[in-house]
Amino acid sequence: MIRFILRRLLASIPVLFLVSLLTFGLLWLVPGDPASMFLDAGATAEALDRVRREMGLDQPFFVRMGQWYVRLLQGDLGTSLLLNRSVVDAILERLPVTLSLTALAFVVSVLLGAAAGLLAAVRHGRAADQGMMTLALLGLSIPEFWLGLVLIWLVAVSVPLFPAGDYVAFTTSPLQWAHHIALPTFSLACVQMGFVARMTRSSMLEVLGQDFVRTARAKGLPEPYVVLRHGLVNAMVPIVTVMGIMVGALLGGAVVTEQVFSIPGLGRLIIGAVLSRDFPVIQGGLLFLALIYLVVNLVVDLLYAAIDPRVRLQ
Amino acid sequence: MPPSIRGCGCNERSAYFMNGSTTMIAATGASASRGLVFLRRLLANRSFSMGLALVGIVVVLALLANVVAPFDPIKGNFKARMVAPGAAHWLGTDHFGRDILSRILHGARVSLQIGFLVALITAVAGTVIGATAGYFQRADGPVMRLMDAFMAFPPIILAIAISSVLGASVTNVVIALAIAATPHTARIVRASVMVVREMEYVEAARALGAGHVRILLRHVLANAMAPLVVRVTYVFAVAILNEAVLSFIGVGPPPPTPTFGAIIANGRDFIVAAPWITVAPGMAILVSVLGLNMLGDGLRDVLDPRMAVNTR
Repeated sequence: MIRFILRRLLASIPVLFLVSLLTFGLLWLVPGDPASMFLDAGATAEALDRVRREMGLDQPFFVRMGQWYVRLLQGDLGTSLLLNRSVVDAILERLPVTLSLTALAFVVSVLLGAAAGLLAAVRHGRAADQGMMTLALLGLSIPEFWLGLVLIWLVAVSVPLFPAGDYVAFTTSPLQWAHHIALPTFSLACVQMGFVARMTRSSMLEVLGQDFVRTARAKGLPEPYVVLRHGLVNAMVPIVTVMGIMVGALLGGAVVTEQVFSIPGLGRLIIGAVLSRDFPVIQGGLLFLALIYLVVNLVVDLLYAAIDPRVRLQ
Repeated sequence: MPPSIRGCGCNERSAYFMNGSTTMIAATGASASRGLVFLRRLLANRSFSMGLALVGIVVVLALLANVVAPFDPIKGNFKARMVAPGAAHWLGTDHFGRDILSRILHGARVSLQIGFLVALITAVAGTVIGATAGYFQRADGPVMRLMDAFMAFPPIILAIAISSVLGASVTNVVIALAIAATPHTARIVRASVMVVREMEYVEAARALGAGHVRILLRHVLANAMAPLVVRVTYVFAVAILNEAVLSFIGVGPPPPTPTFGAIIANGRDFIVAAPWITVAPGMAILVSVLGLNMLGDGLRDVLDPRMAVNTR
């Protein structure tokens, strides 16, 4: 297992390097001068020069790249042009909000999705199965930001059951936090719920057809025990392998959901930076999101290797 | 699975895709009757035919937008601002007095066009990259590490960043969404190419002296296409969803271009006073994406009977 962990860690180094290179290369895609894109058309030459210097654009490409890596290795992502403060600080301040939304949506989608998939598999071919699968397909097809808006209209404004936006930190008041984050979580989790439900169902049906399930039934174990202990536990293994990608999708969705519900998280920071062309913040945000994704995938791979020893030998 | 979960449904299956069912659409040189049999099997699939019907309706309405749309999608009418749905304006009007139905019909045109182009570009790029990595073992490592790096960014965030950096236009939205969707597609093609590469008929072709290009095109790719076809259907669906997100955020095609996302973004500030502006285009997205997803599910069922047993 230790050898597997080491090998997996080594393998992530080139990917990390490429991720940082892509993030740096993003500026290179800008048609023309990034500094003039940040400032308005009427900006003075001095202001342009100042922004160029701040972004290091007065330096040759490779010097700039070298500086970017030197600073990156020191944990410095530069200064936001708009907020005029350290990008890392701005991101770290907002990260907990985004992570809590993502984590909650993840838990909700796995629990409810697996429950729906389980029900569909057990009632295979009946009304409950068809109902669950129709819901799952709808969940997969719904635009999550639009669902958020409709929920605001229906259960926050028309019938004021939930707050329409804003955010209360968990540390301030857990109850208020839950109340505020319920709608965003639901609209964010919808897609993944459908996804997990479909996967659980097909994986469950496959497992329930296996010999060991027949054996368990034949030796007289109670059906719920067979379905849960022999069925669900084994059916969840494929779900574990896609958890990393689920978290990636949730992070992306969270960025948009924050925009809909005015939640002051990483997403609002990034979108704000995108709209004002605050390139250091865009790059920093991208890098952080990619880093979270890579770490989650590392954990998932290790988890998978722990569950299924065959993986370690590959 | 998919970079975005919605693009999914297919890839974890691609590993055991090669149960002899993949030749169905791969039989480019097959007789017409074989194609007909395949078509009949597809149409007999409920998910496929329902999806086809939904997508067909949306496509026809989009193509006929100039004819069926009752009003100009861009020119406003200040005498009819924020009119609720009724006889004159079936789906109401927005704050410029633009007819929502007309905007949705014309918006479908733009959104579907973007989705189609993204699917097409992704299919080509994903095939080239995936086939290179899957067939030429030496290229595999570097190419796939690069794809891994791309996949580390949430696809929608990657698309937002690229679109904002390139500047807002239909072309740039297509580029951004295609870049975001390609790595995963390449991975799927690679997986199925790696399976087909080991087939005996490929060895036979090699023994007969066929070159790499011929083997790759005629023997490997032709038999490794099924997962790609399914994936591309989902890419189309995801592109429509993601285009809406880009437009909603403000990095989509510039106003007043009607797209599904742009109409929703317009309606956002009036969600209480005029919810119809927001609700109707969302339903249009839902119907389009639902249709494409059902189409993809149906294709998967027919192209991969092993999974079909499980999902029926």
